[in-house]
Formats: sequence, structure tokens, C-alpha cells
Amino acid sequence: MAKSLFQKVWDAHSVRKLANGQTQLLIGTHLIHEVTSPQAFGMLRDLGLKVAFPHRTFATVDHIIPTNELVEPYADSLAQAMMDEIRKNCAEFGVTFFDRASGKQGIVHIVGPEQGITQPGTTIACGDSHTSTHGAFGAIAFGIGTSQVRDVLATQTMALGALKVRRIEVNGKLRAGVYAKDVILHIIRLTGVNGGTGFAYEYAGTTFDAFTMEERMTVCNMSIEGGARVGYVNPDETTFAYLKGRPYSPKGSEWDAAVERWKSYASDKGAHYDDVMIIDAADIAPSVTWGINPGQGISITENVPSPETATSADDKAGIIEALEYMKLPAGKPIKGTKINVAFLGSCTNGRLSDFQEVAKYIQGRKVAAGVKAIAVPGSQIVALQCEKLGLDKILVEAGFEWRAAGCSMCLAMNPDKLIGDQLCASSSNRNFKGRQGSITGRTILMSPVMVAAAAVTGEVSDAREVFSVN
Amino acid sequence: MALAKITSVTGRAVNVPGNDIDTDRIIPARFMKCVTFDGLGEFLFFDVRHDPQGNKIEHPIDKPEHKGATILLSGANFGCGSSREHAPQAIAKAGFKAVIAENFAEIFFGNSTTLGMPCVTAGREDIAKIAAAVEANPQTEVTIDLEKLEARFAGQSVKIAQRESARDALVNGRWDAIGELIDGLPDVRSTAAKLPYMAA
Ligand code: SF4
Repeated sequence: MAKSLFQKVWDAHSVRKLANGQTQLLIGTHLIHEVTSPQAFGMLRDLGLKVAFPHRTFATVDHIIPTNELVEPYADSLAQAMMDEIRKNCAEFGVTFFDRASGKQGIVHIVGPEQGITQPGTTIACGDSHTSTHGAFGAIAFGIGTSQVRDVLATQTMALGALKVRRIEVNGKLRAGVYAKDVILHIIRLTGVNGGTGFAYEYAGTTFDAFTMEERMTVCNMSIEGGARVGYVNPDETTFAYLKGRPYSPKGSEWDAAVERWKSYASDKGAHYDDVMIIDAADIAPSVTWGINPGQGISITENVPSPETATSADDKAGIIEALEYMKLPAGKPIKGTKINVAFLGSCTNGRLSDFQEVAKYIQGRKVAAGVKAIAVPGSQIVALQCEKLGLDKILVEAGFEWRAAGCSMCLAMNPDKLIGDQLCASSSNRNFKGRQGSITGRTILMSPVMVAAAAVTGEVSDAREVFSVN
Repeated sequence: MALAKITSVTGRAVNVPGNDIDTDRIIPARFMKCVTFDGLGEFLFFDVRHDPQGNKIEHPIDKPEHKGATILLSGANFGCGSSREHAPQAIAKAGFKAVIAENFAEIFFGNSTTLGMPCVTAGREDIAKIAAAVEANPQTEVTIDLEKLEARFAGQSVKIAQRESARDALVNGRWDAIGELIDGLPDVRSTAAKLPYMAA
């Protein structure tokens, strides 16, 4: 029978049926970070348990780590305590830890692929909702809670009900100035923030075929913002080329066998999908959010909605609440909205290609007066790659601060925070109330090049105009 | 591990209306700088219970008449956003034993079930009925009956629903899967042995 990648990977990792009808699913790769793991290790200790497969767990630090302070102890004693805790836990339980001193530290969703730990046909779990990123490689990757982190540590499995599969096909060539970020913002706008509940997304079509791994990761990363827990792209030559020669990739004769195995996991022709959505790449424009969830997005040329245009009472209440919080006038263009902060980084858009693309356009330009602009590489390796190419200099020259690797202002569990009701043009993935560290702080999500355009003009802008892209 | 069979939850309720209440709202990220979940309860909904200066502002859960409430009522897509278990933990540590909402985000739902805190769904009008009864008399006892799948309050009853796997787990005392997962370890090892990438 023709099967989707999701079904094949699920079947290969099913251990047994549990009494409640859920499946005990083997988690091949477990990624952990400092925020959601200490409690799980605590629970393990309380239960007197060990890590069942310590060689299949990998740890890093990203959320709390200061990006402008390299020397410990950190000024924030809570951050230091969390740092100490993960170090201690990894040492005690025999888990590989990509500490800062390793030169491999970074945002967990950037480190996994970079190290070749993220591989096709595998199951991956991490106590972080953007774990879906790893699906770009044809892995089934779940964001999980801390109790499940405990379960995976103790048994390398978790209890899970199967998901339905929705195939989202995007076909054609993206227009100039349109990026992977716009593709996912467009999809979430179409489905709403919970349209994906209960689904795994299979992204496909000629647009995805042509995408680089970094572009695929950007889209898979935000699957959860549309409610889908898992998002993946079938593995192909692009995937294999990316993985070849990475530290944890198979070597020598094992490589060829692995590629054959990986290929066999790709969805069969004629596989069953519970739903199919087809999108024309030409319909996608540079997108920005105007509200307080990632589904509240529009193209840069559109006006902010007004409550009168609402399609339902709920929609209306949502628009009113969002506009009030965002302090945006109803029915007016989003273009021209003044910004205070420009943030480049995060697990969505903190990779080499993101900084390359920005550097290409921002070279010789200056960040507008009064705008605080920070560029935060997603990992130490991304930082090094950028620095080798001189991208950091171009950004600094333009007026960006160049920081050390971490989550930074994506969620502001570190010193990088908005102040008061500052408005941030952000390449991250969440625009929830208070997300960037100030309870009245405002976030507009967009692609990195759109962030760059906003940074140089001091207002939400159409990057195609600012940088003469056509 | 013997776990309690959770067949019903009875207690006073408090309504926190709104849709898409995300986990950042439930527990702002800055309170996640902790290595245990203890003490998270006081930070529940912190940023909507306090003004930017940190002074208390009016919020349903702080009203004296709702002190001691154990059932939380809310709207659609409750618990969306980040996967942080800190969110259901904060709700539980603040004394809540169950949540009734129109529907729940997936990860939040699973996290809550694993804590033995039932999340049940009900229709918008039905939640409004419960909220109205609680509003009229905050002492109203609400019972969430997971066997009959109904909520009873002030002489009325409304239908509730819950995903069968979660309901079954709660009423049979297997809401925390760890014991069963550990029992399966021999099978886990044989499944892993068939997957080359799992080799040590
Ligand atoms: S960059 Fe943001 S979304 Fe990604 S893992 Fe860090 S905090 Fe989460």
C-alpha cells in the first residue's frame, strides 16, 4: 500500500499499543535545552531512573543565554543557575552537551541540523514547540512538554496518538523579494492559528523542491504557529547534499546505505492524505503580521483590517483586541508604521543564508536614526561562517549590533528585551502579547530582508522598493 | 506507580474569558527561569493581573469571591503557542484541578492530561451558562463528570467532551504514562535494534 513519509516513520518507530489506544513511539533523537529539561531530570532523580539511551540525547543552551556577555558567572544569577543545572545534569546522566566552550552551541533547532544529528526517516523530540523545524529533513519531529521530556529520557519513547496528514503543495517560482518566511506566513494566514490541530503537514510541490534546506527549515519551523505539531518535507538530493560530511552524518560505506534508507522513507506516489491544500507561489507576497498571533498577517501592500470587515463575531473581537494592543489604526496601510527595534535572528531566520541575504542589500546603507538594530546568529557556527564572509562587518557598518548566538529577543528570557510599547520588526516566529519581553511591547513578524528594509527606513516598508528588488 | 482514578472534579469555578489564550499569557517566559515548577502558581496570568509597573489590576482569579476556585473556564484554542509545561503547571500550582474551554491546543492538552488535570471541552453557550451561574453565585459547585461526560452546576447540566484516550487514561488512573512506558522497555530495545541510526 502506498504510504506517506509520516506513516512509514511512524510504523518503523512504533513500539506497541498502550492500554489507552495511544502508541508507544520510539524517539530516535532527543534534543534538550536548559529551560524545559531541569525539571525532567529532577523527576528522573525522584523516580530513581537513568537515561535509557544517553547517546541519543543532545543538549545545548539557547533560551536564557546572554548574547552580549560571554564570561560566567552571568549577571543574571537565575540564568547562571540554569546554565549550571544543565551542565550538571548532562555530566551526571552521560548526555552530550554542546556548551559554549565546544564552539557548537546555538539554538537547538539550528544545532541539530548543523551537526548532522537531524536525519531523514527518524523521530525527533525536543521540549520546544519549534521542533517541527527538523521536519525539513524528512524527520517526524515533535515539540513536547517537560513530562514527556522525562518519558523520553527514561525510556526513549513517549505515548502518542497518530496524527492525520495534510499535504500542502506550493507550486511555481516565488516572486522577487518573496521568501520562505512569506510562504509560511501565507499558509498560516489561510489556515488560521489552529487550522493544523491534529495534523502533520507534508510540504511539497515545485517551490519546495527548489528550496534550499535553510528555506525548508524556515517553513517547517513555523508549522506549530498554524497549529500543526509536525511539518516535514520529503528527503531528496538537496537533503543528502546538506548532510554529507557533517559531524554526526554516516561516513564511508555507511553513507550510501543511509542514503538508500532515507530515500525509502519518502512518501510513495498515491499515498493517502487526509487533506490537500494547493497554493500558487505567484500568489504569495512579502508578508507582515499586524496583530497578536502569527495568523494575523497581510501582504505589505494591504491595509490593516478593520473590525467592520470581520467575518464573524469572534473575528471582530480578535481584530479589536489586536489593534488595541498593537496601537495600529484600523483600515490603514501597514506600510509606514514607525518601528523602534529591528531584530534579526531566531530559529526561524537566524541561519547563514538569512544574514547573507540581508548583507547583500544592506551593504552601504545605514540603520535609521533612533532604531535599535540587533543581529543574532543562531549558533556559534553560523556566527563563524558569517564572520569568515565579513557579513558581521557589513551589518555593524550599517548600524546593527552583532551578538553571540542564542534565542535573544525572540522570547527575551535574556537581557535582550523590548522596552515599554516599542515596536519591533522581527524575523522571529511569534508576535504574542508580551513575547519580546515587555508586556506592552509590539512585534511585527516578517522576513529578514523586510526587517532590514524596516531598519534602514525606520518604518515598516516594502523591501522591494527600499532595495530596488525586481 | 499507582495513580488516582480521576472520574470527576468538583469545585468552584472562575471564568477567564477570551480566545487563543496562549501559554505566554498563561505564564510569561521570564518566569520560566527556574529549575523546578514549585512556586509557578503565583505567576499565573501575571501580565494580565498586573499593570506594567507590577501593580495588581483587576482579574477574575484575584477576586475574593473566586479564591479557592479549582475549575478554570475559558474560550477557544486555550493554551496555544509555546509547548512549555510551565503553563499547565502554573495553572495546577495555582490550585486548579480542571479546565473547561471550547477547545485546546494540542500540546497543552497533552501536558495537562499527564499532570492529571482534565481539560474538557464544552459548547460556547454551555460554557456561558456555567459562567453565568458562577457569576450569579460564586459559591456554585461545578462537577465535571468524566464518566457521564457532563458538567453539573446549580441544578443544571451541560454536555462536555474529551478525547477518548485522555478520558480513558484519567478515569483508569493511567494519565501519567511513565509506568507503562517503562514496562515496554524490552520492546523498545528490540524496535531500536532494527534502526541503524540508533546504534551506539
Ligand atoms: S529562537 Fe525563539 S522560537 Fe526558537 S527556540 Fe529560541 S525562543 Fe524558541
